[in-house]
Amino acid sequence: MYAYDELDRTLINERVSEFRDQVKRRLSGELTEDEFKLLRLQNGVYLQLHAYMFRVAIPYGTLSSKQLRRLAHVARRYDRGYGHFTTRQNIQFNWIKLAELPDALADLAEVGIHAMQTSGNNMRNVTSDQWAGVAPGEIEDPRIWSELIRQHTTLHPEFSFLPRKFKIAITASEHDRAAIKIHDIGLRLHRNADGETGFEVLVGGGLGRTPFIAKTIKPFVNGRDVLSYIEAILRVYNQYGRRDNIYKARIKILVHELGIEKFAREVDEEWKQMGDTELRLDRAAIEEVRSRFSYPLYEKLPHMPDELKQAAHDPLFERWRRNSVAPHKVQGYSIVTLSLKPVGGPPGDATAEQMDAVADLADKYSFGEIRVGHEQNLALPHVAKRDLPALFKALDRLGLATPNVNLVTDIIACPGLDYCSLANARSIPIAQELTRRFANHDTAGLIGRLHINISGCINACGHHHVGHIGILGVEKNGEEFYQITIGGRADENAQMGTLIGPAVPYAEVADVVEDIVEAYLALRDRPEELFVDTVKRLGVEPFKERVYATR
Amino acid sequence: MPLVKQGSITTDLFVHVADGTELPGDGAILVTSERFLADPEALLRRAGKTGVIWPNNRDLDDLVPYLDRLATVALVFPTFRDGRAYSQARLLRERHGYDGELRATGQVLRDQFVFMTRAGFDAFEVKKEADAAAFAETMKRYSVFYQPTGDGRLTALNRRMQQRHSESAGQ
Amino acid sequence: MTSPLEQKKIRITGPSVVTANRTWDGAVVYRTAQKGWSTELADAATVGTSDDARVLLAEATADDVGAVGAYVAPVDLKDGGKIQPGNLREHIRAKGVTIDLRVPA
Repeated sequence: MYAYDELDRTLINERVSEFRDQVKRRLSGELTEDEFKLLRLQNGVYLQLHAYMFRVAIPYGTLSSKQLRRLAHVARRYDRGYGHFTTRQNIQFNWIKLAELPDALADLAEVGIHAMQTSGNNMRNVTSDQWAGVAPGEIEDPRIWSELIRQHTTLHPEFSFLPRKFKIAITASEHDRAAIKIHDIGLRLHRNADGETGFEVLVGGGLGRTPFIAKTIKPFVNGRDVLSYIEAILRVYNQYGRRDNIYKARIKILVHELGIEKFAREVDEEWKQMGDTELRLDRAAIEEVRSRFSYPLYEKLPHMPDELKQAAHDPLFERWRRNSVAPHKVQGYSIVTLSLKPVGGPPGDATAEQMDAVADLADKYSFGEIRVGHEQNLALPHVAKRDLPALFKALDRLGLATPNVNLVTDIIACPGLDYCSLANARSIPIAQELTRRFANHDTAGLIGRLHINISGCINACGHHHVGHIGILGVEKNGEEFYQITIGGRADENAQMGTLIGPAVPYAEVADVVEDIVEAYLALRDRPEELFVDTVKRLGVEPFKERVYATR
Repeated sequence: MPLVKQGSITTDLFVHVADGTELPGDGAILVTSERFLADPEALLRRAGKTGVIWPNNRDLDDLVPYLDRLATVALVFPTFRDGRAYSQARLLRERHGYDGELRATGQVLRDQFVFMTRAGFDAFEVKKEADAAAFAETMKRYSVFYQPTGDGRLTALNRRMQQRHSESAGQ
Repeated sequence: MTSPLEQKKIRITGPSVVTANRTWDGAVVYRTAQKGWSTELADAATVGTSDDARVLLAEATADDVGAVGAYVAPVDLKDGGKIQPGNLREHIRAKGVTIDLRVPA
């Protein structure tokens, strides 16, 4: 956990006061909507179909139980009793009133939560691996760096009016759970030959209407120089990024138009000119931030406690454990994923009651800590293995033990036309129908790892391009249609999926997905061959044939 | 349009001279970058101070040779959403050592005052009268800053390190 | 549904209303014939020509304090003249989300 000090607290309180003043000026007519829009966006406030939508940051996906309870309070007091966890470690409330927003922000500020820069053309929430600090084999905790970058880019006087939004993600593990290759800047923590810690820096990734996988701009930037290097990238982007066309304003377009070599030269030139800046982090500065992350005092526990041996006779427990429980770097502990994808439910939603209950479970079983991942699930990062059976029972009662993590029903979906003013088509009902089609978790387990991603428009908030199966809602003559891609992935081997054919109407989407899955089961050369690997081996043709033969 | 300097509204001594119009014999003038670069020496020789309005898409390299002889540099915010002039301001102050007046022009609104000041602006052609009047009050909004710029304000990190230092010295 | 945020030229092909979100709380509102706003679609002023739509939208947009993001939306008057939303997007805005929000735990 990162503990705010007096300075962090002062800053977010000052931000709340400023926004209170801005809202007051807006409601009195002193500020026009045109002037106010950007100010509200910089505080995470959108205007959606039904109401304002309020997006709150969960930096690098780490929450304390106290913070989660406060999010539950906001859901209850200012909204309609639930919230939606997004693909970028944020939570969104869908029904908030502008006049009450300053109070909601003030309530959150009391526990060190803010909504700064969760929208707008500035640096967005810095995201990281939801298993940071607990994953076995990690180089070091990437959240130290995430926090350094978060502070550096919060209310940055030079980069608060960039050509377009800007997203950074950081990973420190071999397996990328932070989707760094689809970010404006992706940082992969590693050690060089001299044993120094630093970053492979990737730039220009992103989805939306012009999707790109990020390219490596520098294989190694020493950790102490990471802020100045990011500053150099942002300065080049701020000056040369396109501002004439909103669809061409992201850094990926600049990188694409200049080419990565030329872009890298521009950045290097700027970086050289910056010289030995105050941005160079000495050991003491890094230690200062590191010292404010607290870690649990783990007990010395057996690898296989009796409680676990006994519970192994319960098939429901075993099925859940095999699916949702991951190894921890400390013996005797586990990382537990809490699925927010119940059969028939909207992906990523949690009720205030569930949030409160998870906060209680975190206190009881996870040293008061909760994580949020980009797959729209929660995690308890430090659960003693002996507590797993009791935790399972508690989660099951809350509807949070669906054993479908990384399976076909663990669907990532944007809010779609049910909420979003940009959407062309609905996402959530498609996801709900799919979870009903694959409601048998044993069958889903036999299908194996399969990520379905759904976006309700080309802006791709549901990351459909990188879904193993991607579903994109489009509009044709006032009707909802969906384009289907297969073979995409968001991990260290990130790539865009391939379109299998013409878009299909709303009512046929679930049938098409079933056809694709059946084709895969018939085509895979052994049960261990994952869906994406079969697609890679065979291409899209056999799937296309299966889907369109009868349509 | 009110001009704010040193925290309060003040009289603007500079006359904006449009391209193609005659220069006044003396007095302080602000000219466009095109007019300035057409014959900089002539402009700098005349009696009266000279300032240049520098567009946000023009490379600063062309301006740098003249910085020590300019009385003001006016950078432009065509809309408040266009943030290029923040980078130019920091480069002028922090890289090129410019210490004359640095003026924000264009759509200059209250809610950008803190950012502009931190980037190095010290004069503001403010769009709305009420915003200009609220300048000093607005500048009090923030007391904590995370990133170092050339404005001399201590960063949160500086303050934390100082505090640690004094704590360990006091032990 | 093509987002009306991208609405540039106003050309209507059937009965339409002007809708927006109320500034203080974001609620869906409709422009009334009395030059005010109502949360009830039944109270909305309907227009049948592009010229009338432009006039109604201009009036609505002029009230920047009361409501934001005004645009022209199609409606259906077939059912005995009772105003109904003219497309799925407007249906969702008028009647709410199409999904079960929560599954029982």
